[in-house]
Amino acid sequence: MAEAPVQPYAGRMVDIEKYFGPVCALKNVNLDIGRNEIVGLIGDNGAGKSTLIKIITGVFPPTSGELYVAGRKVNFKKYSVKQAHAHGIETVYQDKSLGEKQVLWRNFFIGRQITLPFGFINVKKEKEVANEIMLNTIGFRGEGITVDSKVSALSGGERQGVAIGRAMHFEAELIILDEPTTALSLKEVRKVLNFVHKIKEGGKACIYISHSIQDVYEISDRFIILDRGEIVASILKEDISLKALDEFLLEYAHGLKDKEES
Amino acid sequence: MKRKNSLLALIGRIEGLPVVGVLLLLYVIFLITAPRVFTRPLIYMSFLQTISPPLVLGLGLTLIITAGEIDLSFPAVTALAGFAFSWCFKNLQMPWSPWIGAALALVAGALAGYINGLLVAKIRVPSIMATLATQFFWYGITILIAGGLQLNIKEVEETAIHTLLTGRIPTPLTFGDTVFEIPAQAVWGLGLAVFLWFILNRHKFGEAIMFIGDNPNVARVMGINVEMTRIKLFTLMGVIAAFAGLLLTIEINVFFPTQGQGYMLNTMAAVFIGGTLISGGQGSIVGTLFGSYIIGSLQAGVVATGVTSYWVQSVMGFIMAAAVAINVMIGEGQIGRLSARIRHWVVPARLLATGEPEKDDTSS
Repeated sequence: MAEAPVQPYAGRMVDIEKYFGPVCALKNVNLDIGRNEIVGLIGDNGAGKSTLIKIITGVFPPTSGELYVAGRKVNFKKYSVKQAHAHGIETVYQDKSLGEKQVLWRNFFIGRQITLPFGFINVKKEKEVANEIMLNTIGFRGEGITVDSKVSALSGGERQGVAIGRAMHFEAELIILDEPTTALSLKEVRKVLNFVHKIKEGGKACIYISHSIQDVYEISDRFIILDRGEIVASILKEDISLKALDEFLLEYAHGLKDKEES
Repeated sequence: MKRKNSLLALIGRIEGLPVVGVLLLLYVIFLITAPRVFTRPLIYMSFLQTISPPLVLGLGLTLIITAGEIDLSFPAVTALAGFAFSWCFKNLQMPWSPWIGAALALVAGALAGYINGLLVAKIRVPSIMATLATQFFWYGITILIAGGLQLNIKEVEETAIHTLLTGRIPTPLTFGDTVFEIPAQAVWGLGLAVFLWFILNRHKFGEAIMFIGDNPNVARVMGINVEMTRIKLFTLMGVIAAFAGLLLTIEINVFFPTQGQGYMLNTMAAVFIGGTLISGGQGSIVGTLFGSYIIGSLQAGVVATGVTSYWVQSVMGFIMAAAVAINVMIGEGQIGRLSARIRHWVVPARLLATGEPEKDDTSS
């Protein structure tokens, strides 16, 4: 399996800082994400989670600091969402990932079509590969869903599965799941978590952002806790129980940690 | 029940089948109510000719509406193109003047479409407003340059372009002493339909159109150049509108400044009957093809049945409402429920007879 680890990190941030005018959104952020690591990113609203993600995915550059992706240092002057895709970083959002009225096979290949000459789409080939992804990569079985189904016929959890499967198929090294389970029923959350397990099995890395500590705890290898723009803790799963993690976070929420330290 | 469901689902999946059904039904009704007209070839030859320009417009508009946009300027662009052609033909007395005129007409259409595209994609004017404005603008310009007068171009009948675009293609079919001739513009219309079907359903450009109409944010995240696609799309619509203008002007041998004005609502009706969604994301070229023939046949057909032509609009409204309702139901996957409901209408008598309780086993 491990054939010469070219680079131990799927992504690495060194001394990243981000200011919006005088407001400091991220301060002194150092973060490594292992090649086959699921990192749970936890933090309150305004802690800087989405700022961090947007820097990695190329939405905007940081004020200072360095970012390494796929072993290479990122030149922020040229870095963009498209570049991030090319470097193997894929983001799955709650509802911005799929065209709802379109069939699944189109959704798998949109923007990266398998083409014949003159820009015509090789429909047969795309359907074959899409079917392959559905059966083997994400493990959709039965349930009456085929590559010809429209996204609107899928449940919320299944949609996330399609987006995750697509990211894995295109050899994403780092898949960022931004609140993928918001507004889903428990049963659907279950499905999404199963898909995340597939990312781990597939040997890829993942940053998982969610408000639900239980979900984060179940799937993550490590927890990164952000508070007011700073990483305040990086805890391995084996070092902490769900209860302890929950209490730890509560203490932060009540500002008790600050008092103890001061 | 299960089988019936899958059969209905299959019918829903074949593109444009409900519209074909409506069209056939319409012709059956006409054959019964006006047999003297509809058992002879003349009416069909006339349909193939008159329906072609609005069909061409409708095919282009299908792409626009699929992208979640609208174009109200196409009637004005047909007039502009008709004028460009007629003016060149009349004033440039050279052997190539018809071809130069046709080229100029298409370029004028492309330019008008490109301006629409810039307004919509770059300046972000909602397309309904942008194209409403350019509609007035291009009609104004056309009337201004034409001096409000019509241009007679009778001599165009002698030219090769007339034969190419609007000639009559003889067929071996004869009815009495009339030979069934296919107007060339019908072939152009069909050819354009085939071409645009492949563009919409089998080309990257068409896929971009569908995703943009579905959700521009998703399209952007997935790496589609939304602005560029919109500009290209409106430019294409301009060229198509100009082509329709050529078909119209060359067929009737005359340009008149208000040319194309009657096409606006009929063309839209044809597109929506065909199953293209006003909300964007999904369009049917096949539906528009047959939808255009439905709309185009209604007027003459209803008149031929002998009832007053005032009925035409009501019938058109009814067909449009029914067709769009069916399309919405198919689109939202209500077909299962619909078939269950049909069964409820058909079956209750038997249920009452056997005393079986009307248990709701609606399979979804």
